[in-house]
Amino acid sequence: MCLAVPAKITEIQGNRAKVDMAGVVREASVMMLPGAKVGDYVIIHAGFAIEKLDEEEALRTIELFKQMDSLGAEN
Amino acid sequence: MKYLDDYRDGGLAARLVEQIHRRPAIPVNLMEVCGTHTVSIFRHGIRQLLPEHVNMVSGPGCPVCVTSNRDIDWAIAAARQPGLILTTFGDMLKVPGSFSSLAQVRAEGAAVRVVYSTLDALEIARANPSRPVVFFGIGFETTAPTVACSILEAERLGLPNYFVFSVHKVMPPPMRALVDSGEIRIDGFLCPGHVSTIIGSEPYRFLAREFGIPCVIAGFEPVDILQSIDMLLAMRAEGRAEVAIQYRRVVRPEGNRVALEQMYRVFRPADAEWRGLGIIPGSGLEIRDEYARFDARLAFPVDPGPTREHAGCRCGEVLRGVVKPPECPLYGRVCTPENPVGPCMVSSEGTCSSWYQFAGVE
Repeated sequence: MCLAVPAKITEIQGNRAKVDMAGVVREASVMMLPGAKVGDYVIIHAGFAIEKLDEEEALRTIELFKQMDSLGAEN
Repeated sequence: MKYLDDYRDGGLAARLVEQIHRRPAIPVNLMEVCGTHTVSIFRHGIRQLLPEHVNMVSGPGCPVCVTSNRDIDWAIAAARQPGLILTTFGDMLKVPGSFSSLAQVRAEGAAVRVVYSTLDALEIARANPSRPVVFFGIGFETTAPTVACSILEAERLGLPNYFVFSVHKVMPPPMRALVDSGEIRIDGFLCPGHVSTIIGSEPYRFLAREFGIPCVIAGFEPVDILQSIDMLLAMRAEGRAEVAIQYRRVVRPEGNRVALEQMYRVFRPADAEWRGLGIIPGSGLEIRDEYARFDARLAFPVDPGPTREHAGCRCGEVLRGVVKPPECPLYGRVCTPENPVGPCMVSSEGTCSSWYQFAGVE
């Protein structure tokens, strides 16, 4: 029920946005994310963008994992 | 999909599994509270990757499963009202109430429509101005703001025929109730990622402070879940109890304040009945007086009749993490996803359904 997936905002008009969810374009409300902009990655739940996806944080986490991976490989 | 694939990387997952196995072998019960976590843990075979001393326990985080028969019966009685259109999420359709289900009354001619979003329910209200349209709102803090927003939108659009039957619930009170009951020892919580997107990390603080239980707010991909389990084990090994956020790409410590403001503008905390847990103070969300005209309970005083529990069904204990599905005498025999008896087998996120689908009859 609390499933929510990343999507990219491609268009905004008022509090409605068009979002691209892995190639599928849907309409979503941005009422909960007043600062959302075209190009932002957001998390969509039940037709609403509930939060912005922090791209830097996403990349940093993966980078940390990769470092862990290379450390592991040296052992 | 960008920002998903990396978190499904098999090599990274294998590394995390190794790290988990290198941690001190202290027996622990870790509870994943959220039904979406339960599904992900089963789908990716995470239980099989963990050492024997790490026991994953599913909690009461499937909103369909914890909805009481009394509430389902009310929705069924409302759906039977001539002219009324009842809208709800697909998961609610097959869940049996005391004597019937929404799917059954729909087959008998009631206007029950499945929607993906409250935005669709608003559209149905707009397209059917002469008929009352009730949205049966279930779900936790992730979903409740979307329902609050639908009421704010209905007010803005001046839709007189849109109503909400709110059985929304909030997550921290049942977590306290579970720990308080002492029925099961919980050594760490995997906290729900999208509930926390809205509420942030602070509402779990009492679990760490009062009860010394480490909490990690986890994402939903296999790498997220494995890393969160490892973070819980690290805290246990070091004797620390904190609330940490693993799902940092989405969850901020303060949550989404706009969404919280919208949610509490429309709803106020109330006592709520949970299947298996009984009435938990302050665990529900009811519509405030200012928005009372949208409250379906006040607009349609229907009588759902007496309630009845399903004989032999141990859903309540499954929801408290006290028994695992195969310990229920009905599981896999008379209760299967094709022919479910209890809600934990009906909902795709139910513990029994996940267990049956991915682990079979053990």
